[in-house]
Amino acid sequence: MDQLNSNVNISFEELEDLIYLMKNVSDYDLSGYTKTSLKRRVQRIMALEKMDYMDLKNAVVNVEGFYNYFIQEITVNVTEMFRDPEFYSLLTTEVFSYLKTFPKIKIWSAGCATGEEVYSLSIVLKENNLTDKSFIYGTDINSQVLETAKKGIYPIKKVKNYTENFNIYNSNEEFSTYYTAMYDAAIINHDLRKNMLFSIHNLATDNVFNEFQLIVCRNVLIYFDLELQKRVFTLFYESLCLFGFLCLGPKETLYNHEVSKKFRVVNKTYNIYQKIK
Amino acid sequence: MLGAAENVILIGGSAGSYDLIIQILKALPAYFTCAIIVVIHRNSKYETQIESSLSSQLEKNIESAQDKGRIKQNWIYFAPPGYHLLIEPNKTFSLDQSEPIQFSRPSIDVTFESVADVYGDKASAFLLSGANQDGSNGIAHVLRNGGQAFVQNPAESKMDVMTKYAISQNENALICDNKKIIQYFSTIN
Repeated sequence: MDQLNSNVNISFEELEDLIYLMKNVSDYDLSGYTKTSLKRRVQRIMALEKMDYMDLKNAVVNVEGFYNYFIQEITVNVTEMFRDPEFYSLLTTEVFSYLKTFPKIKIWSAGCATGEEVYSLSIVLKENNLTDKSFIYGTDINSQVLETAKKGIYPIKKVKNYTENFNIYNSNEEFSTYYTAMYDAAIINHDLRKNMLFSIHNLATDNVFNEFQLIVCRNVLIYFDLELQKRVFTLFYESLCLFGFLCLGPKETLYNHEVSKKFRVVNKTYNIYQKIK
Repeated sequence: MLGAAENVILIGGSAGSYDLIIQILKALPAYFTCAIIVVIHRNSKYETQIESSLSSQLEKNIESAQDKGRIKQNWIYFAPPGYHLLIEPNKTFSLDQSEPIQFSRPSIDVTFESVADVYGDKASAFLLSGANQDGSNGIAHVLRNGGQAFVQNPAESKMDVMTKYAISQNENALICDNKKIIQYFSTIN
């Protein structure tokens, strides 16, 4: 499987044609995605499906539902529970310590993929006794990963890594108290999924749908070019209440953008920001 | 664009390559017009500070490649652990957290292929010691796109799996002794 990528190659011009085609046959606008990453994902699909470039174009136009499959496969859905454990510690000390005085804490996990981040947030909320006044919206462009997110069932072999992450975040609790192991799966406890909703949202084309006290969008913006990033940051700014928080991935910064003037930096390493005007 | 590098030299290495990379960086002239991009495998769980310590130690422009950052002359960039390092057609960096390739992220293949796509014959690549097969496809892609590719002599590689494999797959790659590699870097301009 690892070798798949190198067998197929398309040019950047062919990629542009494909982006144009997708825009015409579907609602998906990929023109703001970083080209090289997208190119690799497209080549991956071609290798998986044993298609050449003409086959792929043909399928996008003529095969019903193919473009949905295409979107599912080009999005990068790599995620884990308590990825960057220090980030989750900072959520407690820097973010929830502030938001706990708010009557309601609405959280948007944008680009949540298979939901591991949403359940991690839910655990942190529970540990801070904030479950009852909080609500998490998990959104993604990919409907298939959202089905996994709703189920909250993960392969037990991944749980070892999640447990290691969790133990760095909080060595006083047992991670195993948050799930039930059954055969080769770990099922997230019912009380952790009370106040959450998973739904489709396309950051490239959709708009504000609620007001939030916290937006978490980690390792999504690296796949967007500066122009699309600008759109998304404006969307986040408009979706946040005053003094609401924005958390990005460790390699994702607001600094390239004008909107950064309306935020203060809470933590530079993990790119935690607070809207101040 | 002012200061944008027209040529890129790639260095890929894994287990046993670190000391040679330091020697290479030490040998560099005070100013050079290309950019050097280094991809080494390291564990993302332990955020190392190679870039900042080398930067002050060697008094050179060394940094971890930044997402959307420009690729500038006289700079040495390291691929950050836990991400694939890619090059956009507009000659800026982009990071990607898709699945590891050959159990590696960053993957040498991924960065080499991406640089070759954008820089073509303005790209040169060096593959050093390592214990897996990463880098070989990247070397092939650099050569296919008109660039030059050099592989460290396996006899001098602390771990020779990577160099031996790359040589077996790429007959046009040039095999270099450490001395020659260091000399190459001391004379770049």
